[in-house]
Amino acid sequence: MLSTVVFWIAAVLAVVGALGVVTTRNPVHTALSLVLTMLSLGVLFLLLHAEFLAVVEVLVYAGAVMVLFLFVVTLLMAGVKPPREEHRMRLAYQTLIAGLFGLILFVLVLHAMVGANWVSTLAGPGGGTFGSIASFGTALFTRYLLPFELTAVVLLVAVIGVVVLGREQE
Amino acid sequence: MVPIGYYLVLSAVLFVIGGVGVLSRRNPLQMFMSVELMWNAVNLTFVAFARQYLNMAGHIFVFLVITVAAAEVAIGLAIIVMVFRKREHVDVDDLSLMKG
Amino acid sequence: MLTVILVLVKGLITAVLLLAAFGLMTWVERKVLARFQFRPGPNRLGPAGVLQFMADGLKLVFKEEIIPTAADRVVYLLAPFISLTAAIVAFAVIPWGPPIHIFGQTVPMEIGGPNIGILFIFAITSLGVYGLILGGWASANKYSLLGGLRSTAQIISYELAMGLAVTGVLLAAGSADLNTIVAKQYHLWFIVPQILGFLIYLVTMVAETNRTPFDLPEAENELVAGYHTEYTGLKWAMYMMAEYINMITVSGLATTLFLGGWHGPWLPPELWFLIKVAAFMYFFIWLRATLPRLRYDRLMAFGWKVLLPVALLNTLATAVWVAVR
Repeated sequence: MLSTVVFWIAAVLAVVGALGVVTTRNPVHTALSLVLTMLSLGVLFLLLHAEFLAVVEVLVYAGAVMVLFLFVVTLLMAGVKPPREEHRMRLAYQTLIAGLFGLILFVLVLHAMVGANWVSTLAGPGGGTFGSIASFGTALFTRYLLPFELTAVVLLVAVIGVVVLGREQE
Repeated sequence: MVPIGYYLVLSAVLFVIGGVGVLSRRNPLQMFMSVELMWNAVNLTFVAFARQYLNMAGHIFVFLVITVAAAEVAIGLAIIVMVFRKREHVDVDDLSLMKG
Repeated sequence: MLTVILVLVKGLITAVLLLAAFGLMTWVERKVLARFQFRPGPNRLGPAGVLQFMADGLKLVFKEEIIPTAADRVVYLLAPFISLTAAIVAFAVIPWGPPIHIFGQTVPMEIGGPNIGILFIFAITSLGVYGLILGGWASANKYSLLGGLRSTAQIISYELAMGLAVTGVLLAAGSADLNTIVAKQYHLWFIVPQILGFLIYLVTMVAETNRTPFDLPEAENELVAGYHTEYTGLKWAMYMMAEYINMITVSGLATTLFLGGWHGPWLPPELWFLIKVAAFMYFFIWLRATLPRLRYDRLMAFGWKVLLPVALLNTLATAVWVAVR
């Protein structure tokens, strides 16, 4: 019962954060709404017995990636003005069409989920080790070793790319 | 216990909200954050299914998504900073007006 | 249901104790610093000036609340709360004694988070960074913003080395659960095999809490006062609370990881925990009284070019040793 209450609170907060991401005008508020969504998702991960992932989500996503966003937003948006006038007309239609698309997409996704054949209740608890660091590490280093090494290469490429892009232009 | 369907519907809602955000935002940083929201929704789906079938593959995939997302954010922000440095208005539609 | 009540009670007791410890710490710091500098320190209010912190608290509560006009009000008011909340919540997984048996249940002396103990602390301290950067931005003041960004960059950089130093202990103990780590130190404290990790952790501990010699972002003659320049009264007090409680948390973590937690002969375990944490707090004050502060670029260079490679080497060596054993 407690898990149901926590689920609903976290789900509502996640949706509130998501709506904040798409509606707020100030980029810092957008970033904070996204952090709220990420924290709610962390709680939901904990409910789904994904303890290591919950911590990784908060540590890496909410704690590092969003801080990076905030760095750029606070440094770059210091003197930014609202969009110019000739863009106003396209802006109104743009939001409407986007909302329409969103509705269609939502209906399609719901149809895919409801029409599918899987069981609607969760499987058993899976013992104490599902989602723990040990089982995660075992899977990561035995069966999924190649993707792990490839992500190391991706990170290296990202670091090199950022260093090159951030250089002073001579 | 909460049935898995609830998690999937929540994930769909977040994904769609993120999609609407990507299409309707003009500030490149806010657009990027909407894309981040879509990734998070997908992560939730993965974790829900991993719990459903007790398969760690879902968790591994989320880990990879988070890692690649972090790398992409780093490079994306570097590009945005480079492109919009010293501008007064930050608007993605301006990119079509750039010369050279 | 009983578990929930126990968790709430433990949480409440911990929060109250932490805030009380904050009050005590301010007095202790002023007295000890004064002794280092051959002067008496606060000695007017109460015996040996102990009630000084109450007078300071009252003063801060009654101070005029000045909020800059151009400040973003919501974020401005939110930032100190984030810092304080993160500081208090991070203490949740630190066990301050062996499990006790009441109401027929074994109650571990930590609030929760069994499987992911250490990682939980890192996640929450990563969130604490938001208090700095948001406080710096919401003040609508260039110097605050720069100070906040500098503080944030410093904390993020030293978080890496801290995490790697702690990973050495994690490998040696084979578990991220702090109760298990304390239990494994029954015969030998981890400070002996992990001496390099301990030294790295000591340095990063000081950098993480923005204390001298790493307190350039909030030093008075640089950038005015960094991210808390525009904060007055109770909100500033919350930032200070967050800083001191962070100090207590990292000291508690150091005790648990390297100094054997609550192990110790013939005194009650909670008292041993207190003594060890107090030793680390004294170390913080000692550093403040003795060392000059590091310039910001030297600080960052040290964190990235010295600490990070050494921490990596430590982790590698520990991993090899654990694998071979």
